[in-house]
Amino acid sequence: MRLTLLHTRVRVEERLLIDELERRGIAVEFVHADEAVLDLTAPPETPSEPHVLLDRCLSHSKALAVVRAYESRGAICLNPSSVTHVCGDKLLTTLALTDAGVPSPRTVAAFSHEGAIRAAEQLGYPVVIKPCVGSWGRMVGRLNDRDALEAVLEHKLTLGGPQHGVIYLQELVRKPDRDIRAFVVGGRTIAAIVRHSEHWITNTARGGRAEGLPVSPELDDLCQRAAAAVGGTELSLLAIDLMECPDRGLLVCEVNSTMEFRNSIETTGIDIPARVVDHVLHVAGTPAVVS
Amino acid sequence: MSQIATPTTETCPECGATITFARAPRRHEIVRCPDCGAELEVTGVSPITLALAPEVEEDWGE
Repeated sequence: MRLTLLHTRVRVEERLLIDELERRGIAVEFVHADEAVLDLTAPPETPSEPHVLLDRCLSHSKALAVVRAYESRGAICLNPSSVTHVCGDKLLTTLALTDAGVPSPRTVAAFSHEGAIRAAEQLGYPVVIKPCVGSWGRMVGRLNDRDALEAVLEHKLTLGGPQHGVIYLQELVRKPDRDIRAFVVGGRTIAAIVRHSEHWITNTARGGRAEGLPVSPELDDLCQRAAAAVGGTELSLLAIDLMECPDRGLLVCEVNSTMEFRNSIETTGIDIPARVVDHVLHVAGTPAVVS
Repeated sequence: MSQIATPTTETCPECGATITFARAPRRHEIVRCPDCGAELEVTGVSPITLALAPEVEEDWGE
């Protein structure tokens, strides 16, 4: 097996993965996205051995490009570019979930100042505005009334790039002060946490506290359906964010294709990096090395 | 991605504090200066060199 690790920063997650790979004696070719140079017109290759690319790149745009190019070279990419494409864009994710009948918060897209005002009126205030591309709760806003929405729209449409012209507005789900993150590896929900926060944004990147949550059959089923909805297969490594709506039950909010798990190993008791490496070996058709 | 053999120290490029590495860092690893809190990227490992980590970009995430 040839293994390529596509990365940007080497954070705690990457370090844990690298440590696990080294512990098993697995050689890794490191590719920093900023340093990659890819000949897009080179003839397609058939690798002489299974070639797996594990995508840990922080930049959605660069990851999508590099992963797609490696697929063209015959690599098995975790995740496939088709999955990264959908997961990296909240609008595409919402549509994919809806197409598959997976419950998610009510969401309306608009493409102008006036359209966004009408969209918010359809949803009813407060509304949540999110960038279609972005993560860690950045540029997510809770807008309590039209005045707040107009102020954000003015900034977004004046200072933002063209991508900010697609305005993604979501209902504010009245939920407990927690949400759920579940980890799907190879089509199975291997672990889950709840993230508590007094702030309505519960991302651990924004200070949310994590604790383990047993994976119920209901949670597993919904996560598998969400993973399939975004094009996930037995190849996929996905982190699924869910909310508990008092009226509608679990709603899938996001599906993340480059999962962060540093706060979910001790809290769940699941060695997530080891499971990821097991999965890489499985995908490559290489027997897992006994830990 | 080469590594150094033994733990060592390097100076924070922001505040000049000494940063001690408990284990050999990897290139592109992110560390935080214990004195000024600056987020630093390991740009070289033999010898260790540090630079201010790049700002988070808009399409970064998981």
